[in-house]
Amino acid sequence: MDDVEAIAALQDPVRRRLYEYVAGQAHDVGRAEAADAAGVQRTLAAFHLDRLTEVGLLEAVFRRPAGRTGPGAGRPAKLYRRSAAERVVSVPPRDYRAVAALLAEVVETVGGEEVLERLARVHGRSAGAAPPEAAQAEPRPEDGTGAAPDGAGDEVGDRVEAALAARGYEPYREGGRLRLRNCPFHALAAEFPPLVCGMNLALLEGLVEGLGATGVVARMDPRPGECCVVLDSKNNES
Amino acid sequence: MTDHHLAQFNVARLRAPLDAPAMAEFLALFPPINALADSAPGFVWRLTDGEADDATSIRPYGDDVIITMSVWESREALWDFTYRSAHLDALRRRREWFLRMAEPYVVLWWVPAGRIPSLEEARERLERVRRDGPAPEAFTFRQMYDPVGDLVQI
Repeated sequence: MDDVEAIAALQDPVRRRLYEYVAGQAHDVGRAEAADAAGVQRTLAAFHLDRLTEVGLLEAVFRRPAGRTGPGAGRPAKLYRRSAAERVVSVPPRDYRAVAALLAEVVETVGGEEVLERLARVHGRSAGAAPPEAAQAEPRPEDGTGAAPDGAGDEVGDRVEAALAARGYEPYREGGRLRLRNCPFHALAAEFPPLVCGMNLALLEGLVEGLGATGVVARMDPRPGECCVVLDSKNNES
Repeated sequence: MTDHHLAQFNVARLRAPLDAPAMAEFLALFPPINALADSAPGFVWRLTDGEADDATSIRPYGDDVIITMSVWESREALWDFTYRSAHLDALRRRREWFLRMAEPYVVLWWVPAGRIPSLEEARERLERVRRDGPAPEAFTFRQMYDPVGDLVQI
Protein backbone atom coordinates (compact mmCIF):
# COMPACT_ATOMS: atom_id res chain seq x y z
CA MET A 1 0.00 0.00 0.00
CA ASP A 2 1.15 3.45 -0.92
CA ASP A 3 2.55 5.55 1.96
CA VAL A 4 0.71 8.65 0.80
CA GLU A 5 -2.60 6.78 0.70
CA ALA A 6 -1.96 5.31 4.15
CA ILE A 7 -1.28 8.69 5.70
CA ALA A 8 -4.14 10.35 3.80
CA ALA A 9 -6.47 7.84 5.49
CA LEU A 10 -5.82 9.67 8.76
CA GLN A 11 -7.32 12.90 7.47
CA ASP A 12 -10.79 11.88 8.61
CA PRO A 13 -11.06 13.06 12.24
CA VAL A 14 -12.99 10.03 13.49
CA ARG A 15 -10.59 7.66 11.82
CA ARG A 16 -7.68 9.54 13.33
CA ARG A 17 -9.17 9.34 16.81
CA LEU A 18 -9.67 5.60 16.38
CA TYR A 19 -6.13 5.13 15.11
CA GLU A 20 -4.62 7.12 17.95
CA TYR A 21 -6.63 5.22 20.52
CA VAL A 22 -5.66 1.77 19.16
CA ALA A 23 -2.02 2.82 18.73
CA GLY A 24 -1.89 4.04 22.32
CA GLN A 25 -3.03 0.78 23.93
CA ALA A 26 -0.76 -1.99 25.15
CA HIS A 27 -3.46 -4.57 24.29
CA ASP A 28 -5.36 -5.47 21.11
CA VAL A 29 -8.53 -3.43 20.86
CA GLY A 30 -12.03 -4.60 19.92
CA ARG A 31 -14.62 -2.58 18.00
CA ALA A 32 -16.77 -1.75 20.98
CA GLU A 33 -13.85 -0.43 23.03
CA ALA A 34 -12.55 1.68 20.14
CA ALA A 35 -16.05 3.01 19.41
CA ASP A 36 -16.52 4.06 23.03
CA ALA A 37 -13.13 5.75 23.13
CA ALA A 38 -13.81 7.70 19.92
CA GLY A 39 -17.40 8.45 20.89
CA VAL A 40 -18.95 6.92 17.78
CA GLN A 41 -21.30 4.03 16.99
CA ARG A 42 -19.86 0.54 16.63
CA THR A 43 -20.77 0.11 12.98
CA LEU A 44 -19.10 3.38 12.07
CA ALA A 45 -16.04 2.44 14.16
CA ALA A 46 -15.92 -0.96 12.44
CA PHE A 47 -16.00 0.68 9.02
CA HIS A 48 -13.12 3.02 9.85
CA LEU A 49 -11.06 0.36 11.66
CA ASP A 50 -11.31 -1.88 8.61
CA ARG A 51 -10.33 0.98 6.33
CA LEU A 52 -7.27 1.62 8.55
CA THR A 53 -6.43 -2.07 8.29
CA GLU A 54 -6.83 -1.99 4.51
CA VAL A 55 -4.29 0.81 4.11
CA GLY A 56 -1.90 -1.00 6.47
CA LEU A 57 -1.93 1.36 9.46
CA LEU A 58 -3.60 -1.24 11.69
CA GLU A 59 -3.46 -5.02 11.79
CA ALA A 60 -6.50 -7.17 12.51
CA VAL A 61 -6.31 -10.37 14.57
CA PHE A 62 -9.08 -12.79 15.43
CA ARG A 63 -9.29 -14.14 18.94
CA ARG A 64 -11.86 -15.60 21.30
CA PRO A 65 -12.46 -13.62 24.47
CA ALA A 66 -10.31 -14.92 27.33
CA GLY A 67 -11.77 -17.91 29.17
CA ARG A 68 -14.13 -19.02 26.41
CA THR A 69 -13.24 -22.17 24.50
CA GLY A 70 -14.87 -25.12 22.79
CA PRO A 71 -18.22 -25.28 21.06
CA GLY A 72 -20.61 -22.54 22.08
CA ALA A 73 -17.81 -20.12 22.80
CA GLY A 74 -19.01 -18.01 19.92
CA ARG A 75 -17.15 -16.52 17.00
CA PRO A 76 -13.69 -15.16 17.67
CA ALA A 77 -13.68 -11.39 18.05
CA LYS A 78 -11.89 -9.15 15.59
CA LEU A 79 -9.23 -7.14 17.39
CA TYR A 80 -6.98 -4.37 16.13
CA ARG A 81 -3.43 -3.29 16.87
CA ARG A 82 -1.01 -0.82 15.34
CA SER A 83 0.88 -2.19 12.34
CA ALA A 84 4.65 -2.47 12.73
CA ALA A 85 5.15 -1.08 9.21
CA GLU A 86 6.61 2.43 9.05
CA ARG A 87 5.05 5.07 6.81
CA VAL A 88 7.13 7.98 5.69
CA VAL A 89 6.16 10.70 3.26
CA SER A 90 8.57 13.44 2.33
CA VAL A 91 7.97 16.12 -0.23
CA PRO A 92 10.37 16.70 -1.93
CA PRO A 93 11.90 13.20 -1.60
CA ARG A 94 14.48 12.86 1.19
CA ASP A 95 16.31 9.82 2.46
CA TYR A 96 17.84 10.53 5.85
CA ARG A 97 17.64 6.88 6.90
CA ALA A 98 20.18 5.72 4.32
CA VAL A 99 22.57 8.41 5.54
CA ALA A 100 21.93 7.51 9.18
CA ALA A 101 22.67 3.82 8.50
CA LEU A 102 25.89 4.65 6.71
CA LEU A 103 27.03 7.02 9.47
CA ALA A 104 26.14 4.44 12.12
CA GLU A 105 28.30 1.89 10.35
CA VAL A 106 31.17 4.36 10.28
CA VAL A 107 30.87 5.09 14.01
CA GLU A 108 30.87 1.37 14.72
CA THR A 109 33.80 0.68 12.40
CA VAL A 110 36.02 3.35 13.92
CA GLY A 111 34.85 2.49 17.45
CA GLY A 112 33.44 5.97 18.04
CA GLU A 113 30.73 4.98 20.52
CA GLU A 114 32.20 7.05 23.32
CA VAL A 115 32.13 10.24 21.26
CA LEU A 116 28.62 9.45 20.04
CA GLU A 117 27.37 9.00 23.59
CA ARG A 118 29.07 12.16 24.81
CA LEU A 119 27.52 14.24 22.03
CA ALA A 120 24.14 12.58 22.49
CA ARG A 121 24.19 13.58 26.16
CA VAL A 122 25.02 17.18 25.20
CA HIS A 123 22.18 17.25 22.64
CA GLY A 124 19.75 15.74 25.10
CA ARG A 125 20.70 18.29 27.73
CA SER A 126 20.10 21.29 25.50
CA ALA A 127 16.83 19.78 24.23
CA GLY A 128 15.70 19.35 27.82
CA ALA A 129 16.72 22.86 28.81
CA ALA A 130 14.96 24.47 25.82
CA PRO A 131 11.45 25.82 26.49
CA PRO A 132 8.76 23.31 25.50
CA GLU A 133 7.43 23.71 21.97
CA ALA A 134 3.75 24.14 21.25
CA ALA A 135 3.36 20.44 20.57
CA GLN A 136 4.66 19.62 24.03
CA ALA A 137 2.03 21.74 25.69
CA GLU A 138 -0.70 19.45 24.34
CA PRO A 139 -2.32 17.59 27.20
CA ARG A 140 -1.78 13.86 27.18
CA PRO A 141 -4.80 11.60 26.69
CA GLU A 142 -6.81 11.35 29.89
CA ASP A 143 -6.87 7.63 30.47
CA GLY A 144 -6.61 8.03 34.22
CA THR A 145 -4.49 4.89 34.57
CA GLY A 146 -1.15 6.54 35.06
CA ALA A 147 -1.58 9.22 37.68
CA ALA A 148 0.93 8.72 40.46
CA PRO A 149 -0.53 9.31 43.90
CA ASP A 150 2.19 11.44 45.47
CA GLY A 151 2.15 15.15 44.79
CA ALA A 152 5.68 16.51 45.13
CA GLY A 153 7.63 14.39 42.63
CA ASP A 154 4.77 14.30 40.24
CA GLU A 155 5.17 17.67 38.61
CA VAL A 156 8.70 16.68 37.62
CA GLY A 157 7.42 13.32 36.43
CA ASP A 158 4.78 15.05 34.31
CA ARG A 159 7.39 17.30 32.76
CA VAL A 160 9.60 14.33 31.87
CA GLU A 161 6.59 12.45 30.54
CA ALA A 162 5.53 15.39 28.35
CA ALA A 163 9.05 15.81 26.97
CA LEU A 164 9.24 12.11 26.12
CA ALA A 165 5.78 12.15 24.54
CA ALA A 166 6.77 15.15 22.41
CA ARG A 167 9.71 13.12 21.10
CA GLY A 168 7.57 10.16 20.14
CA TYR A 169 8.58 7.74 22.92
CA GLU A 170 4.95 7.12 23.95
CA PRO A 171 5.65 6.95 27.70
CA TYR A 172 3.40 5.16 30.15
CA ARG A 173 3.62 4.64 33.89
CA GLU A 174 4.28 1.30 35.47
CA GLY A 175 4.64 1.43 39.20
CA GLY A 176 7.08 4.21 40.02
CA ARG A 177 8.70 4.26 36.59
CA LEU A 178 8.11 5.49 33.11
CA ARG A 179 8.33 2.88 30.36
CA LEU A 180 8.48 3.80 26.69
CA ARG A 181 6.21 2.00 24.26
CA ASN A 182 7.84 3.33 21.10
CA CYS A 183 11.43 3.54 19.90
CA PRO A 184 11.73 6.65 17.69
CA PHE A 185 14.88 5.16 16.14
CA HIS A 186 13.43 1.69 15.59
CA ALA A 187 14.76 0.69 12.15
CA LEU A 188 18.25 1.99 12.90
CA ALA A 189 18.22 0.45 16.38
CA ALA A 190 17.33 -2.91 14.83
CA GLU A 191 20.32 -2.62 12.51
CA PHE A 192 22.84 -1.35 15.09
CA PRO A 193 21.39 -2.27 18.51
CA PRO A 194 24.21 -1.57 20.98
CA LEU A 195 25.24 1.58 19.11
CA VAL A 196 21.81 3.18 18.73
CA CYS A 197 20.49 2.01 22.11
CA GLY A 198 23.62 3.37 23.79
CA MET A 199 23.12 6.68 22.00
CA ASN A 200 19.46 6.69 23.01
CA LEU A 201 20.31 6.12 26.68
CA ALA A 202 22.82 8.98 26.63
CA LEU A 203 20.29 11.22 24.86
CA LEU A 204 17.67 10.53 27.51
CA GLU A 205 20.14 10.92 30.38
CA GLY A 206 20.94 14.34 28.93
CA LEU A 207 17.26 15.18 28.46
CA VAL A 208 16.44 14.35 32.08
CA GLU A 209 19.40 16.45 33.21
CA GLY A 210 18.38 19.36 30.97
CA LEU A 211 14.86 19.21 32.38
CA GLY A 212 16.31 19.52 35.86
CA ALA A 213 14.56 16.30 36.87
CA THR A 214 17.05 15.31 39.55
CA GLY A 215 14.79 12.60 40.96
CA VAL A 216 14.61 10.70 37.67
CA VAL A 217 17.21 8.20 36.45
CA ALA A 218 17.33 6.76 32.93
CA ARG A 219 18.67 3.23 32.58
CA MET A 220 18.66 0.35 30.12
CA ASP A 221 15.92 -2.22 30.60
CA PRO A 222 14.96 -3.50 27.16
CA ARG A 223 11.86 -5.58 26.57
CA PRO A 224 10.71 -7.09 23.29
CA GLY A 225 8.69 -4.55 21.31
CA GLU A 226 9.55 -1.48 23.42
CA CYS A 227 12.23 1.18 23.74
CA CYS A 228 15.42 0.01 25.51
CA VAL A 229 15.29 2.67 28.25
CA VAL A 230 13.16 3.10 31.36
CA LEU A 231 13.09 6.08 33.71
CA ASP A 232 13.07 5.32 37.41
CA SER A 233 11.81 7.81 39.91
CA LYS A 234 13.95 7.96 43.03
CA ASN A 235 11.02 9.31 45.05
CA ASN A 236 8.93 6.25 44.42
CA GLU A 237 11.72 3.84 45.24
CA SER A 238 12.43 5.04 48.73
CA MET B 1 11.44 -23.54 11.34
CA THR B 2 11.39 -26.12 14.10
CA ASP B 3 13.53 -28.59 12.14
CA HIS B 4 16.43 -26.14 12.28
CA HIS B 5 18.05 -24.32 15.16
CA LEU B 6 20.19 -21.21 14.99
CA ALA B 7 23.82 -21.52 16.12
CA GLN B 8 25.84 -18.50 17.25
CA PHE B 9 29.61 -18.16 17.67
CA ASN B 10 31.33 -15.04 18.92
CA VAL B 11 34.93 -14.06 19.70
CA ALA B 12 36.11 -11.06 21.76
CA ARG B 13 39.62 -9.72 22.37
CA LEU B 14 40.13 -8.81 26.03
CA ARG B 15 41.56 -5.44 27.02
CA ALA B 16 43.04 -7.04 30.13
CA PRO B 17 43.22 -10.54 31.67
CA LEU B 18 39.90 -11.59 33.22
CA ASP B 19 41.35 -11.45 36.75
CA ALA B 20 42.49 -7.83 36.31
CA PRO B 21 40.60 -5.22 38.40
CA ALA B 22 39.47 -3.47 35.19
CA MET B 23 37.49 -6.59 34.25
CA ALA B 24 35.76 -7.08 37.60
CA GLU B 25 32.46 -5.58 36.48
CA PHE B 26 32.46 -7.68 33.34
CA LEU B 27 33.19 -10.82 35.33
CA ALA B 28 30.39 -10.05 37.76
CA LEU B 29 27.93 -10.07 34.85
CA PHE B 30 28.64 -13.71 34.01
CA PRO B 31 26.36 -15.46 36.52
CA PRO B 32 23.26 -13.27 35.98
CA ILE B 33 23.62 -13.09 32.19
CA ASN B 34 24.27 -16.82 31.85
CA ALA B 35 21.24 -17.52 34.05
CA LEU B 36 19.23 -15.16 31.86
CA ALA B 37 20.29 -17.08 28.74
CA ASP B 38 19.52 -20.46 30.29
CA SER B 39 15.99 -19.38 31.18
CA ALA B 40 15.34 -17.36 28.00
CA PRO B 41 12.51 -18.56 25.73
CA GLY B 42 13.93 -20.59 22.83
CA PHE B 43 17.31 -21.24 24.46
CA VAL B 44 18.71 -24.66 23.49
CA TRP B 45 22.36 -24.94 24.49
CA ARG B 46 25.53 -22.99 25.25
CA LEU B 47 29.16 -23.98 25.34
CA THR B 48 30.79 -24.49 28.75
CA ASP B 49 34.19 -25.93 29.58
CA GLY B 50 32.78 -28.71 31.75
CA GLU B 51 34.10 -27.30 35.02
CA ALA B 52 32.99 -23.71 35.21
CA ASP B 53 29.54 -22.66 34.00
CA ASP B 54 31.05 -20.68 31.14
CA ALA B 55 33.45 -21.04 28.22
CA THR B 56 36.08 -18.51 29.29
CA SER B 57 38.79 -21.16 29.70
CA ILE B 58 38.40 -22.26 26.07
CA ARG B 59 40.81 -20.08 24.11
CA PRO B 60 41.45 -21.44 20.62
CA TYR B 61 42.39 -17.96 19.33
CA GLY B 62 45.05 -17.24 21.97
CA ASP B 63 45.20 -16.10 25.58
CA ASP B 64 43.55 -12.74 25.01
CA VAL B 65 40.50 -13.96 23.06
CA ILE B 66 37.43 -15.42 24.77
CA ILE B 67 34.57 -17.09 22.92
CA THR B 68 30.87 -17.81 23.34
CA MET B 69 28.82 -20.31 21.43
CA SER B 70 25.14 -21.18 21.74
CA VAL B 71 22.13 -22.67 19.96
CA TRP B 72 18.62 -21.18 19.80
CA GLU B 73 15.26 -22.28 18.47
CA SER B 74 14.82 -19.27 16.20
CA ARG B 75 16.19 -15.93 15.12
CA GLU B 76 13.65 -14.16 17.36
CA ALA B 77 14.76 -16.17 20.40
CA LEU B 78 18.43 -15.26 19.91
CA TRP B 79 17.54 -11.65 19.02
CA ASP B 80 15.38 -11.11 22.09
CA PHE B 81 18.04 -12.48 24.41
CA THR B 82 20.90 -10.61 22.74
CA TYR B 83 19.29 -7.22 22.24
CA ARG B 84 16.04 -7.15 24.25
CA SER B 85 17.23 -8.27 27.67
CA ALA B 86 19.76 -7.16 30.30
CA HIS B 87 22.38 -8.56 27.91
CA LEU B 88 22.05 -5.40 25.80
CA ASP B 89 23.54 -3.23 28.53
CA ALA B 90 26.59 -5.50 28.67
CA LEU B 91 26.92 -5.19 24.88
CA ARG B 92 26.62 -1.43 25.08
CA ARG B 93 29.61 -1.38 27.41
CA ARG B 94 31.70 -3.80 25.35
CA ARG B 95 34.39 -1.22 24.51
CA GLU B 96 35.24 -0.96 28.21
CA TRP B 97 36.31 -4.59 28.22
CA PHE B 98 37.12 -5.59 24.64
CA LEU B 99 39.34 -4.27 21.90
CA ARG B 100 37.74 -3.40 18.60
CA MET B 101 38.20 -6.07 15.95
CA ALA B 102 38.69 -5.22 12.31
CA GLU B 103 37.30 -8.58 11.17
CA PRO B 104 33.78 -9.94 11.80
CA TYR B 105 33.65 -11.36 15.33
CA VAL B 106 30.28 -13.08 15.27
CA VAL B 107 28.75 -15.67 12.96
CA LEU B 108 25.34 -17.34 12.78
CA TRP B 109 24.34 -20.51 10.94
CA TRP B 110 21.54 -23.07 10.93
CA VAL B 111 22.01 -26.56 12.35
CA PRO B 112 19.55 -29.47 12.21
CA ALA B 113 17.47 -29.36 15.40
CA GLY B 114 18.97 -31.67 18.02
CA ARG B 115 22.54 -31.51 16.74
CA ILE B 116 25.04 -29.53 18.79
CA PRO B 117 27.72 -27.97 16.58
CA SER B 118 31.41 -28.56 17.31
CA LEU B 119 33.96 -25.85 18.03
CA GLU B 120 35.79 -26.80 14.81
CA GLU B 121 32.58 -26.21 12.86
CA ALA B 122 32.09 -22.85 14.56
CA ARG B 123 35.63 -21.73 13.75
CA GLU B 124 35.17 -22.78 10.15
CA ARG B 125 31.92 -20.77 9.88
CA LEU B 126 33.57 -17.66 11.33
CA GLU B 127 36.43 -18.13 8.90
CA ARG B 128 33.89 -18.29 6.08
CA VAL B 129 32.07 -15.11 6.99
CA ARG B 130 35.41 -13.35 7.38
CA ARG B 131 36.59 -14.56 4.00
CA ASP B 132 33.43 -14.39 1.85
CA GLY B 133 31.04 -12.14 3.76
CA PRO B 134 27.52 -13.22 4.82
CA ALA B 135 26.08 -16.19 2.89
CA PRO B 136 23.45 -18.88 3.65
CA GLU B 137 26.05 -21.14 5.34
CA ALA B 138 27.53 -18.41 7.57
CA PHE B 139 25.86 -15.06 8.16
CA THR B 140 25.19 -12.20 10.58
CA PHE B 141 22.12 -10.58 12.14
CA ARG B 142 22.40 -7.69 9.73
CA GLN B 143 22.39 -9.98 6.71
CA MET B 144 20.39 -12.99 7.76
CA TYR B 145 19.37 -16.09 5.78
CA ASP B 146 16.61 -18.59 6.50
CA PRO B 147 17.32 -22.36 6.64
CA VAL B 148 16.37 -22.70 2.95
CA GLY B 149 19.04 -20.16 2.05
CA ASP B 150 16.85 -17.14 1.25
CA LEU B 151 17.82 -13.71 2.52
CA VAL B 152 15.52 -12.65 5.37
CA GLN B 153 13.87 -9.24 4.94
CA ILE B 154 13.91 -7.56 8.34
